[in-house]
Amino acid sequence: MTVTTLVSYDDAVAQFDPVLGLEVHVELNTVSKMFCGCSTEFGAEPNTQVCPVCLGLPGALPVANESAVEAAIRIGLALNCSIAEWCRFARKNYFYPDMPKNFQTSQYDEPIAFDGWTEVELDGETYRIEIERAHMEEDTGKSLHVGGATGRIHGAERSLLDYNRAGVPLIEIVTKPIEGTGAKAPEVARAYVTHLRELMAALGVSDVRMEQGSLRCDANVSLRPDAQAEYGLRTETKNVNSLRSVERALRYEICRQATVLADGGRVTQETRHWHEDTGVTTPGRSKEEAEDYRYFPEPDLVPIAPSREWVDELRATLPEPPAVRRARLQEAWGFSDLEMRDAAGAGALPLIEATVGAGAAPQAARKWWSGELARRAHADGVELAELSITPAEVAQIQAMIDAGRLNDKLARQVIDGVLADEGSPEDVVTARGLEVVSDDAALGTAVDQAIADNPDVADKIRSGKVAAAGALIGVVMKQMRGQADAARVRELILERLGQ
Amino acid sequence: MNELITRSAVELAELLAAGEVSSVEVTQAHLDRIAAVDGAVHAFLQVDAEGALRTAADVDARRAAGEALAPLAGIPIAVKDVLATKGIPTTCGSKILEGWVPPYDATVVKRLKEAGLPILGKTNMDEFAMGSSTEHSAYGPTRNPWDLERIPGGSGGGSAAAVAGYLAPLAIGTDTGGSIRQPSAVTGTIGVKPTYGGVSRYGLIALASSLDQAGPVTRTVLDAALLHETIAGHDPCDSTSIDAPVPPVLEAVRNADLSGLRVGVVSELRGEGYQPGIEARFDDALKLLTSAGAEIVEVSCAHFVYGLATYYLILPSEASSNLAKFDAMRYGLRVLPDGVSDPTAEQVMAATREAGFGPEVKRRIILGTYALSSGYWDAYYGSAQKVRTLIRRDFDAAYEKVDVLVSPTAPTTAFPIGAKVDDPLAMYLNDIATIPASLAGMPGLSLPSGLADEDGLPAGIQVLAPAMADDRLYRVAAALESMLLEQWGGPLLSQAPELEVAR
Amino acid sequence: MPPEISRADVARLASLARIELTDEELDHLAPQLAVILESVAKVSEVADADVPPTSHAVPLSNVYRADELRPGLTPEEALAGAPEVEEQRFAVPRILGEEA
Repeated sequence: MTVTTLVSYDDAVAQFDPVLGLEVHVELNTVSKMFCGCSTEFGAEPNTQVCPVCLGLPGALPVANESAVEAAIRIGLALNCSIAEWCRFARKNYFYPDMPKNFQTSQYDEPIAFDGWTEVELDGETYRIEIERAHMEEDTGKSLHVGGATGRIHGAERSLLDYNRAGVPLIEIVTKPIEGTGAKAPEVARAYVTHLRELMAALGVSDVRMEQGSLRCDANVSLRPDAQAEYGLRTETKNVNSLRSVERALRYEICRQATVLADGGRVTQETRHWHEDTGVTTPGRSKEEAEDYRYFPEPDLVPIAPSREWVDELRATLPEPPAVRRARLQEAWGFSDLEMRDAAGAGALPLIEATVGAGAAPQAARKWWSGELARRAHADGVELAELSITPAEVAQIQAMIDAGRLNDKLARQVIDGVLADEGSPEDVVTARGLEVVSDDAALGTAVDQAIADNPDVADKIRSGKVAAAGALIGVVMKQMRGQADAARVRELILERLGQ
Repeated sequence: MNELITRSAVELAELLAAGEVSSVEVTQAHLDRIAAVDGAVHAFLQVDAEGALRTAADVDARRAAGEALAPLAGIPIAVKDVLATKGIPTTCGSKILEGWVPPYDATVVKRLKEAGLPILGKTNMDEFAMGSSTEHSAYGPTRNPWDLERIPGGSGGGSAAAVAGYLAPLAIGTDTGGSIRQPSAVTGTIGVKPTYGGVSRYGLIALASSLDQAGPVTRTVLDAALLHETIAGHDPCDSTSIDAPVPPVLEAVRNADLSGLRVGVVSELRGEGYQPGIEARFDDALKLLTSAGAEIVEVSCAHFVYGLATYYLILPSEASSNLAKFDAMRYGLRVLPDGVSDPTAEQVMAATREAGFGPEVKRRIILGTYALSSGYWDAYYGSAQKVRTLIRRDFDAAYEKVDVLVSPTAPTTAFPIGAKVDDPLAMYLNDIATIPASLAGMPGLSLPSGLADEDGLPAGIQVLAPAMADDRLYRVAAALESMLLEQWGGPLLSQAPELEVAR
Repeated sequence: MPPEISRADVARLASLARIELTDEELDHLAPQLAVILESVAKVSEVADADVPPTSHAVPLSNVYRADELRPGLTPEEALAGAPEVEEQRFAVPRILGEEA
């Protein structure tokens, strides 16, 4: 295939109307697996959390984890879904070494939750996303591809399988086609996944850490000439491992598909793979024919028929909906609409909340998370929550500022230290000697030196040009490596010079 | 031959309780028998002499110490090689599991161990329980103790032959469409398929998950009832197991009164295709039942004629999925494809499954894959599941009028080895009478009704009952058994030719 | 109309089922399966649209286990039957996989 220059994004969305579909997998944080009593802890030694059931040994049988079913129902309710009165598990049959039984126990035409919706806010607009279904299934094992150059499947000599993750409960959430997002499609997708992450965290059902795989997204997109036309052929993009990737991958796919269509070609309906490093999607292995999963109801499990009483009980345990929570917090914190929107957009709300809980003033918390820290996260290409600084630490730093032990500039240096894993804020202040000096003796010496070195400026001040003190303050600050209490320095200067 | 081995389990238990014989002696007697005749019969794939004797010695010690023991403690038993036994190779009669040693015990096996029964070994079977003659075992056929040139039935021919040939007083079989009942019919033993869900399937390597059940294979009805109680009951490891008390099967044997019992004869399960000698013994049995106070009623279950078709769609479909796990990646056989350097996992899977599965297994996997595939699902698998409902409704309607149903267990006596092995459809017909109850999840029992006149080989009569009414099977069987014993002047098996002992 | 199943159909099904059938097997399986299919096809005649399917013989529902840990297998037990082991993992030949 020849490399063509891609149509620009703006041109793409000018010519075509994107339609999205998002499939998000949420790994539940239950103690044990979906169908057996093995641990779901992340990071254990390989094949230490397995049993005949999750290893798919001949003769083993599954038994459904009640907490997983409960979580599935709560997720469905939080997404305004109907909860099935009666549903079953089904076998999805295909061969792959990371699936011990060579079928996945999932749900097919009888999902536990269906026909829901959720609202996502972006740049002041609200998008209503229709939810097709949320269903229960089990995760696969993990393969390590060895022998090749890149550690990826392509070119590997063999693969090593660890089944610790096999059988961990997953909830798959599938949207109905998302229309009407226009040029904002990639951002809406990102906002939706962010929103789901918030919801799952609020429900307490998952760690929702994309970098650990407890929240995964497959992004589908198709283009059509306009909103009245039929849906176009769509592609499904996998390996979208962060919120950023959701947006970038869709942007790329839209450009790529637009290029194909503008050229008079047809989009190949296929699965593609996103590459974060090169910023492109590549086609998956083309198969001679579509996989036929031969779904049938799982005979080793019995139907799930959640009573309406149980569903009502669970409904009462739902946390307040995000929109309601946001309104409440905005009022409590006194943020403006714009401040609130920026904070939400940066994914900072839970962090601000925790920082306020640790004692900081809301505006201060917002300033750090929405401002400095958001900038750093963006520069490093990570999510805010992934930075190695905690809300408690941010609150500690703010407290030091409030107590006059740090100024803004010094605080940023403390943040540097904490992010570099040098320790707690106190540790960093001590190790780097960053504390503001307010000791009059030390300051006085520096002030005297500055006055002596800058007689002209000193004269100006003596003659009443108080503003010139700024220059002397600068000299002192420089001399003291920014650690002087600027306000006190000013006072001392003016005192010395009779003002 | 040591006459200990001709005793029933209950008789042996009495001897053990009275201290007249030890479990080690009983177990050793059976091990000796196996050594003497199993070269010819080939009932066993694996004999665990050491393990069996160790258990026997342990039970003897506990008995001597005055411990309270389960009724069958110390009585040796054979287990069909489809049940996982920790530390003992479990092959399901297939090459693909040759040498596989399970790291865990099936629940049924656990219960046998807890009750103190020494496990003699694992018995031969049609590969992955697919068959009615044990000719599809990858390890060679088992031979019928009545005539070593004939089949012992299948898929559980090994367990039935072991019990019929006195290699074990008791055995565990599994029944999906008749794999306990039909071998019992052709070997003159008693075989029971409990209500689906009555016995745990945890550790029972699955053929058709919605049909499989483990059950007793014995020489007397009382033995079967005791073994039934030992293995049955709810298992939290099996979602399909019934959480209710085991039906009172022992009590039913002890109070086998048939007065007023309404017995239904299914008109669709006799006549054309059934050997005359088998029908003759069946009719004789009906007369005995009448003499004992039962009322015989003709019933029609019109959809039973679709039973075979329904079964041979559901079973292959579920089996094709259940057998997918045998792929050379985690256990079992691994075969590399010929002439391919650096094969892929997919190629190794395909080469292994080609080499490791026998023709009947491959046939059913392909059939099942077809029946489930898109475009055909509704016509085949989907339709079969509906006809299953119709068959169950036929049973429900029948049980409004009668308490139990009876039929010949199998349409023919033991046929010669090789006679049907190349004709799959002819082979499938062996299960025509046993399949309906399997599809409905209802219990069934086969007991010997006598010898067929034309060939002098055993015929079986099948008793069927509603779900959870397993006790009715035992009530009828116990009454019939005692009347037949009287008629025969002793157990039917004593009419079998003596097996030649290997020198 | 009796169902038709061709040699090519069987080959495709064998591929789906990951069984490398020989030419000989492909030759005689197709007619064998056709005969079987013909006899089982009659289920679709009697299966009415409004007959509910039975996938479970017993009418059980809502069977659960509590979300608790239960002892499993040691890695040695889990890997004991493995054709090949490397770094406490199951070693398998190269997987063709999803990526081109």
